[in-house]
Amino acid sequence: MNSLKLWVAIGMLVLASSAGDVMLSAAMKRIGDLDDIRIRKGLLAVIGHVVREKLFLLGLACLIFSFFCLLTALSWGDASLVAPASASLTYICSAILAKFFLHENVDRRRWLSAALVCVGVLLLVK
Amino acid sequence: MSTLRPRGLQADIRVKFKKIFIYLAIACCNGTGDVLLKRGMDNLGEIHLNHWTHIFNAFVDPWIVLGILFLAGFFYAYLTALSWADLTYVLPATAFGYVVTAFLSRFFLHEAVSPWRWAGVLLITCGVGLVARGPSLTERRTTEHRTKDAVLADKEQHELA
Repeated sequence: MNSLKLWVAIGMLVLASSAGDVMLSAAMKRIGDLDDIRIRKGLLAVIGHVVREKLFLLGLACLIFSFFCLLTALSWGDASLVAPASASLTYICSAILAKFFLHENVDRRRWLSAALVCVGVLLLVK
Repeated sequence: MSTLRPRGLQADIRVKFKKIFIYLAIACCNGTGDVLLKRGMDNLGEIHLNHWTHIFNAFVDPWIVLGILFLAGFFYAYLTALSWADLTYVLPATAFGYVVTAFLSRFFLHEAVSPWRWAGVLLITCGVGLVARGPSLTERRTTEHRTKDAVLADKEQHELA
């Protein structure tokens, strides 16, 4: 039961942080090249553009929610399990969400890279 | 015409360098920020729940302030990169933060890093290297942008005419 609770928390954490990243990505694509905006209108304009984008705020809310899920999961399980498990699953989950929601071209090279990073992060706790 | 072409080339090179710089900033700032925070929290000592206000002392510790600045720089670079590259291209670079953390933990904080960890560092480096060599933006998108630009240019020409 306890381990089920823990994995539900990890699952929510992974989903929330991947969804947050996907929303941030979509929001930034909508705003356009931040460097161009900074050169043309200055740093304050960049911050203004970003903060006024609703999708950015929604993504940020998802990331904050995932942070609280992380704290909850950490209080239920070992840090050596929770941190790497959630981080590595997030890379795979984000790739899947990016493929379906952002229609990114996730080719073999990118799947392989996501898998390598995922296993690499898992090895970090050993 | 002859002056336009080198300028275009220069702009291309500038954009390329800018992208490499942002990618490196994402890779390095995250890990460095974390290590600086850890260094600052070592100074501060353990936080007890009964004296939780002690945590506000963290904001006057120079290491922690520097760490927060690095993490803010990371977030800015991350958002900038997302404004012109795919999420699946940028995300592996964030994982490179773990590699930086491992090196800094070993040589700056003098912590022990196990062979398994070095193996993980190697795998992450391979993953990041693999994706960084590929295209940064989905091809279909680029053409979409180009067609939008082309439409705008056509409009402008039309208006001028």
